[in-house]
Amino acid sequence: MAVETSILSTLPYFSGIAAADLGTIRQTFFEKTVRRGEMIFLEGEPADSLYFLVSGVTKLFKTSAQGKEQIIGLARPHEVLNDISIFDGGPNPMGAQAMTAVTVYGIKKDRLDAVLRQFPRVSSLIIQVLAARTRQLIALVEDLSFRHVIGRVVKILLEHAGDGAGPGERLTQQEMAAMAGTAREVVARSLKALEERGLIRLERHRIVVVDRRALQEVAEEPA
Amino acid sequence: MTRMPEIDAEKCNLCGLCIEVCHCGAIVLLKNAVAIVETEECHWCTICEVVCPTGALTCAFEIVIEE
Repeated sequence: MAVETSILSTLPYFSGIAAADLGTIRQTFFEKTVRRGEMIFLEGEPADSLYFLVSGVTKLFKTSAQGKEQIIGLARPHEVLNDISIFDGGPNPMGAQAMTAVTVYGIKKDRLDAVLRQFPRVSSLIIQVLAARTRQLIALVEDLSFRHVIGRVVKILLEHAGDGAGPGERLTQQEMAAMAGTAREVVARSLKALEERGLIRLERHRIVVVDRRALQEVAEEPA
Repeated sequence: MTRMPEIDAEKCNLCGLCIEVCHCGAIVLLKNAVAIVETEECHWCTICEVVCPTGALTCAFEIVIEE
């Protein structure tokens, strides 16, 4: 299947680019399909092509030296997968695995360089995308460094836990994140950390407070 | 009855990402609408909730204190 300009126009780096120019840019792209479970690229590999997700869902993750997987995020259609390594020349900071059947559009680095020289407007768009992402990451660093998020998550659990007399309240991770003033991913990691410490247990659709007293101490720890 | 993820049909834009990403067959397209099928195979991975771009799919946790 050929790369389509209608899809290219939905990608953040080409938003608002004239149709005629997109027609030229389209010829530098290739399309690739990936089966569910297959890797699109590996963490630590050098990147020779920039990939955009066109359809399906992709897991972006890092693997620790002990083999533990940490999901950085899930990429949805129209998102770029590996711009960091393309622009700074370093290895892929994370791996990408197809969680469904996936279609990506790719462009080789040397052809991308030529596109950027020919269409400077694309460089502006790239800068905007990277700036927005940097802002998000700064907010995340601030949250993780200064705000003792895990304590806020614990407080939410304690405030909303059922006392056994009746059912507990039901909250999504997104709702907990909104209450805690943080991101959903941070809540997910906080819950995992609390489980690893033996303070809660994550069951199919329940969070079980195992050690209420210890959780209270976590909630009262200074930031 | 097996508790399952819930879908708000008014928020659903029929993108189908939840159906694609679900490993247990709990989410299907039925009569041009996304529907949840009750199954014990659903292990509450919440990935359907994560990928939903509109917040239509939710996997809420009940918070309880162990006796």
